[in-house]
Amino acid sequence: MGKLVALTGNYAVAYAAKYARVDVIAAYPITPQTSIVEKLAELIESGELDAIMIRVESEHSALAATFGAAVAGARAFTATSSQGLLYMHEFVHWTSRARIPAVMAIVTRALAPPWNIWPDHSDFMDQRDAGWIMGFAMDNQEVFDLTLQAFKISEDPRVYLPVMIGLEGFILGHTTMLVELPEQEVVDQWLGPRKQEYVIDGKEPLALGNLAWPEDTEEMFMEIQKAMDNAKKVIKEVDEEYGKLFGRKYGGLIQCINCEDAKYFAVSMGAWSGDLIEAVNKLREEGYPIGVIRIRFCRPFPYEDIWEKVKNSKGVIVFDRSISFGAWGPLFTDLLTGLYHYTNNLPIMSNVVAGIGGVNITYNDFAKLLTSFIETIEKGDKPPVFTWYHKR
Amino acid sequence: MIKHEHLSLKYMRREVLPTAFCPGCYNGIVMNALFQAFEELGIYDLRKYVFVSGIGCSSWIPSPYIKADSLHTLHGRAIPVATGVKLANPELEVIVIGGDGDLASIGGNHLLHAARRNMDLVVIMINNLVYGMTRGQAAPTTPKGMVTPTTPYGNPEEPMDVARLIANTNANYVARWCVSQYLFLKNSFKKVLGEIKRGFRFIEVYAPCTTFVIRRENKTPGQKLKELMNTCIGYEKWEKLPAEERTKHIPTGVFREEDKPGFLDNYKQLIARLKR
Ligand SMILES: Cc1ncc(C[n+]2csc(CCOP(=O)(O)OP(=O)(O)O)c2C)c(N)n1
Ligand code: SF4
Ligand SMILES: [Mg+2]
Repeated sequence: MGKLVALTGNYAVAYAAKYARVDVIAAYPITPQTSIVEKLAELIESGELDAIMIRVESEHSALAATFGAAVAGARAFTATSSQGLLYMHEFVHWTSRARIPAVMAIVTRALAPPWNIWPDHSDFMDQRDAGWIMGFAMDNQEVFDLTLQAFKISEDPRVYLPVMIGLEGFILGHTTMLVELPEQEVVDQWLGPRKQEYVIDGKEPLALGNLAWPEDTEEMFMEIQKAMDNAKKVIKEVDEEYGKLFGRKYGGLIQCINCEDAKYFAVSMGAWSGDLIEAVNKLREEGYPIGVIRIRFCRPFPYEDIWEKVKNSKGVIVFDRSISFGAWGPLFTDLLTGLYHYTNNLPIMSNVVAGIGGVNITYNDFAKLLTSFIETIEKGDKPPVFTWYHKR
Repeated sequence: MIKHEHLSLKYMRREVLPTAFCPGCYNGIVMNALFQAFEELGIYDLRKYVFVSGIGCSSWIPSPYIKADSLHTLHGRAIPVATGVKLANPELEVIVIGGDGDLASIGGNHLLHAARRNMDLVVIMINNLVYGMTRGQAAPTTPKGMVTPTTPYGNPEEPMDVARLIANTNANYVARWCVSQYLFLKNSFKKVLGEIKRGFRFIEVYAPCTTFVIRRENKTPGQKLKELMNTCIGYEKWEKLPAEERTKHIPTGVFREEDKPGFLDNYKQLIARLKR
């Protein structure tokens, strides 16, 4: 059995990196990511973790050095937030195109201007075209579990893509919860040594990062799309294995709560799903047939899994904590286009964007929005396709 | 009774006071020196001045406190933004104020290239030895061996000497003063605002962060200020010290002073030559 400890979300990330026995960490401080790196520095320098940390001069260098270390065969890790992630963006693409396994934690925070340190998903969702597997946790135990699983998924030969794990700044990042830590030997056996497709180690001279012809380039992109498909299977396998070994299984790409007899579904991702689940529990008591689909991975996007759940439903409401300006919330647009593939008779779909810039959304807000959604449909009306829920 | 107001208030937006700085932060000394330089030059209206900053405690000095146009930009990007402003309207005097992290770490390449071009900007860098705003982690200016949250057992890296690095470029003016050398600092500000009015003018202010450096040494900012009066010495004197003594002292002074044409003058010359 493992041991129960009280950890902030950020420390849960640091411990997951430690349990994965990362070799190289490269990072630059930014609120609210900083305490991950501070904890890792402490773990390394107190001798608990055998790794090298480089305190680089910017996030661009942080991911560049992480990439370099990973190409050279290290289990490499970094973490950032907000502007730091945007500044990294060039290397975000580079790492996935090079098919180099690596893990990065994103402690999500709004994007500037105006300067704002509160959480939403703008920074994280901005990366969704970059070829990374993207997972998002709901509580600190899941932060730990997902971060550790990320190494396994990333280094699976059917995948070989980098993985980013999101957690809301402050709400999870700086809040302490009980987290069960596994036994190191069990983790070691399960995770095994570092795996990657190619390594720069002097044995066989490789020329990496060259110019390619259009057809070759396109084929490399197509391979990534295929790897994303494979990842769906791998994520589920890893979730199963992990459940058997460590006692926690989440359901793969999504987690469904109160779904069995549900006629309505609320879809969300991240820490506020906790408040949503509370609201749904309350509505269930009042007799509303509603369930929650919590997106754990938005890349690859779980179209099939969600379709399986919602195919006989009357309405689906999607909560987004970011906005694609000029369109709608990205989870909603992704889901809508994906479901269209299965039917030309979609359930009623509605999108709520809220919680931007850290605006606090409580379970009461969710309960209000859900009741109004269900009652509108029950009356025979159609709820608006898009609502910006703003409290002031 | 006549009520005397602090001279700095003439130049500050009162409605945003008090400042966000920690009590005892040396950023206040830098602000006072800058405002005194303006006053002694007889400059009371800052409408021809534009202050550009990135992110960090020092980047808050102009924004929102100084009563002038101020552009608070991205971490590390103050110099290229300031360059754009200056080129769009050369009549404006553009001043960048920022931290060692902002200007020498994440924005380090911009600093080198602006200095190389002798870009017509004044750049004031507060070297507080750490990333202050993110709570005192090791920066490229952190002394070897110093304990910070990312170097819990002492910094293994050598720091960079930013002023002396920039002194090796084409910049018109390069100086470094400790906060304890208030008059020299103020006079340097007067020099670059009133006398040498073109080219790249760089002033580093050595001002250890009160909360994350001085307090960790169990000192008060007052005690540290007294200590700095001995640690900060003229660079000519510093160069004559034996190696182990050098690491204990901060070489200060004016490393470079010229009034050669800056980027804009050179550019104008080129245009004139091509028109002929
Ligand atoms: C791209 C990016 N990375 C990181 C940060 C987080 N951050 C804010 S201030 C700061 C460091 C500030 O240090 P310095 O420039 O020396 O200013 P000081 O606070 O010490 O005056 C950092 C790393 C950010 N805002 N943007
Ligand atoms: S953290 Fe340091 S630099 Fe920032 S305001 Fe406080 S004393 Fe000043
Ligand atoms: Mg600093």
